[in-house]
Amino acid sequence: MEALLSWVDDYTLRTVALGSAMLGLVSGVLGTFALLRRQSLLGDALSHAALPGIALAFLFTRSKSILVLVMGAAVAAWLGALLIDSVVRNTRVKTDAAMAVVLSVFFGVGLVLLTYIQRLPDAGKSGLDTFLFGQAAALLERDLYLMAALGGGALLVVALLWKEFKLLAFDPGFASSLGLPIRGLERVLTTALVIAIVIGLQAVGVVLMSALVVAPAAAARQWTNRLSAMVVISGGFGAVSGASGALISSSVPRLPTGPMIVIVASGIVILSLLFAPRRGLVIGALRKRAGRKRLRSEVVLVDLYLLSLQHEVRHPHTTESIAGMRYQSGDVVASLDTLTARGLVARSGAGWVLTETGERLAKELLMLEQDASEAQLAVALAGRAPR
Amino acid sequence: MSGYEWEVVAVGAMVAAACALPGTFLVLRKLSMMSDAITHTVLLGIVIGFFAVGSLSSPLLIAGATAVGLLTVYMVDLLKRSRRVAEDAAIGLVFPLLFSVAVILISRYAGDVHLDVDAVLLGEIALAPQDRLVASGFDLGPRSLWMMGAIATGGAAFVATFFKELKLMTFDAGLAEALGFRPAALNLALMALVSVTAVGAFDAVGSILVVALMIGPPAAALLLTNRLGVMMALAVGIGVASAPIGYLGARRLDASIAGAMAATIGVAFVSSFLFAPNRGLVAIARRHARQRWEFAQQMLAAHLFNHDGTPEQETESHVGHIEKVLGWPPQFRSQVIGRAVQRGLLSESSGYLTLTDRGREFARKVLVH
Repeated sequence: MEALLSWVDDYTLRTVALGSAMLGLVSGVLGTFALLRRQSLLGDALSHAALPGIALAFLFTRSKSILVLVMGAAVAAWLGALLIDSVVRNTRVKTDAAMAVVLSVFFGVGLVLLTYIQRLPDAGKSGLDTFLFGQAAALLERDLYLMAALGGGALLVVALLWKEFKLLAFDPGFASSLGLPIRGLERVLTTALVIAIVIGLQAVGVVLMSALVVAPAAAARQWTNRLSAMVVISGGFGAVSGASGALISSSVPRLPTGPMIVIVASGIVILSLLFAPRRGLVIGALRKRAGRKRLRSEVVLVDLYLLSLQHEVRHPHTTESIAGMRYQSGDVVASLDTLTARGLVARSGAGWVLTETGERLAKELLMLEQDASEAQLAVALAGRAPR
Repeated sequence: MSGYEWEVVAVGAMVAAACALPGTFLVLRKLSMMSDAITHTVLLGIVIGFFAVGSLSSPLLIAGATAVGLLTVYMVDLLKRSRRVAEDAAIGLVFPLLFSVAVILISRYAGDVHLDVDAVLLGEIALAPQDRLVASGFDLGPRSLWMMGAIATGGAAFVATFFKELKLMTFDAGLAEALGFRPAALNLALMALVSVTAVGAFDAVGSILVVALMIGPPAAALLLTNRLGVMMALAVGIGVASAPIGYLGARRLDASIAGAMAATIGVAFVSSFLFAPNRGLVAIARRHARQRWEFAQQMLAAHLFNHDGTPEQETESHVGHIEKVLGWPPQFRSQVIGRAVQRGLLSESSGYLTLTDRGREFARKVLVH
C-alpha cells in the first residue's frame, strides 16, 4: 500500500507510469480503428517489422537516442505496411499470409542486424535488446516529451480526420463513392498506427506491443455502440493497463513490463466480455435463462387454459393434470410459481385456476379473439390440444 | 564447411522441411496468423512441462506444448463463436496473454535455469549439434536432427495419408462437410501438427522465425504454381534451400543463423512477388504493356479497314489525320505504326498508310470479336 501511495513522489515511478499510460492511450485510440477495420493483427505485424529499422538506425547513426531509433522503427514498420498492402493488392496471397511473411521476415532481418551489432566493438550489449520485451523502468523524462509529441500528433490526426476515419471504418465503399481519397486516408491511418506502435516499443517491446492495439479496443467495443465513446473508453483502458502494468512490474523484481501490461489489459478484456451491460456474456446468459423460463411458464399457462376449455364447468386443475397435458413440459411447479408471481394464475383449493389477465394472455398467445364465443373457440382449437 | 557446420545446416533444412508441410495448408486456408499465435503459446506448454518434470528434453514437454497449442485454437474459436470479437482480434487477444503468462513464469521462477526467454524467442541453431543422440556408445548425430526428422516424417505421413481430405477441406470446406469428411476433426489434427512442429522447431530457430519457415516458403510457392502438390514441393524446396544460404550469410556477418534463414526466405518471397512467370509484378507489367501495343494496333487496323476502298480512304489513311481521330500523341503514333509495319500489317508511303492482306485479315478478326 505504501508503495502505491509513494509512487506520486517517486520520480522514476512517475515517469514510468506516465509514459506507459500515454502509450496505452494512443494505441487504445488507434487500435479502435484497427479493430473496426478487421486489421487487429496489423499491429502485431508492424511492431515486429519495426525491429530492423531500430537496428539500421543505430548502424547508420551510431546513436542510441530514442528519437533516432523510433524514427528508424517507424520507417521500417511503414515499409512493412506498404509491402503487405502491395502484396495483397497485386497477388493472390491473402492478408494473413502477407502479414505473417512481413512480420517474420522483417523480424529475422532485424535479428541478423541486432546480432551483428552486438558483436561490433563499440556497441555494447545493452540497450537494443530491450526492444524485444521492453523495459518501462528505462524510460526517462525526455522520452516522455518525445512520446507526448509523437503520440499527440497521432491523436491530432485522428481528431482532424475524424469524419473521414469514421466512414473508412464503417463503410469504405460509401466513402469512396463520396470521392474521398480512400487509399490516401488508409495510408494516413496506417501512419498514425505505426506511430502508436513505435512509441510503445521501448516500454513494451516488439513482441507484445500488438496486444495494446487489440485488447483495449476489444474491451471498449463491449461497452458501447458509438465510435466516439469507444475511442474514449479504449484510450482509457489502454492508459489504465499501461500505467498499472508498468507500476506492478516496477515494484516487483524480475517482472518484465510488456507481459505485465498485457496481463492487465487482458484482464480488462475478460471482465468486459463477461460483465459489460448489454453485450456482456453474463447478462446475455441471464437474459437467455429468463427468456426460457418465461417461455416454459407460458406453455403451462396455455395448457391450463386448454384444460379449462375441455370442461363444461370451470374448476381448478391439479399440478399433475397440468403436467399430464404434454410429454415434456419441464418443471411445472416452478412454472406455476412464475405464473403466480406474474398474477396470471391463482391457487384454488388443491388446484390452479387462470386469473382474468391469465386468460387474456393465454388467448393472445393462442392468437384467439378475446371475445370469441364457445363455438368459435371450439372451431379455432379443433385439434390444437396437445396429447 | 566443416562437419559441424554441415550438421547445423542439416538441422536448419530439416526444420524448414517440417514447417513447410503444415504451412502450405495454413496459407491456403487463410490461417497464417494462427501459426504466429501457436508458435508463441507453445512456450507456455513448454514452461509448464518444464516445471512439472524439471527437464527440457522430456517428451512430456512436447505433449504439454501441443496441448497448449490446441488450447490456443480452442480459445480463439470460443471467442469467435461468442460473437463478441472478430477472428483476427480473437487471435490477437489470446496469444499475447498466454505468451505473457509464460514469459512471466520464466522470468520469475526459472531465471537461473537455462530456459531464458531470448533463447525461446530467438533460438540458437548453432548450438544444435552440441546435443548429441548417443545410442549404446554410437554417436548418431545431433538430437534435434533426429527429432525434427521424426516430426517431418510424421508430418509427411499425415499429409500423404489425408492428402485428398486436406485438399477438399482447403478448397471447399462445405463440400467436405457434406460428404462426411469431418473437416473440423481434420482441422484439429492439422493444428496439432502445427503445434508439434512449432515445439520441435522452437529451440532451433525460435518461435518467431518458425512463422517465417511455416508461412514464407508456401506464400512464395503460391505465386509460382496452381497445383497443391507442386506448391508443397516448392515450399519444401525453398525452405530447405534457405538453410545453407542463410548459414553462409550469417557466417559472413557473424550474425543470427535463423534470422538469416528468414531473410533468405524473404528474398525468395520478394523474388517470386516480382518475377513469378505469370503472377509476378514484372510479368503483370509486361502483359499490360503488350496489351497496350496490341490494342493500339487493333484500333489502327480497324480504322484503316473501315475506310478501305471508300472515297475517303485517302484522307482517312493519312498519318496526321489518324493522329487526330485516335487521339494519339505523335511519338506514340509513330511507335504504333512502326510496330504494325514491322509485323507486316500495313505499309507506309509518304505519310499514307495502306493495309496489307495480312493487315486486312487482322482487322477482320478484330472487328468480328
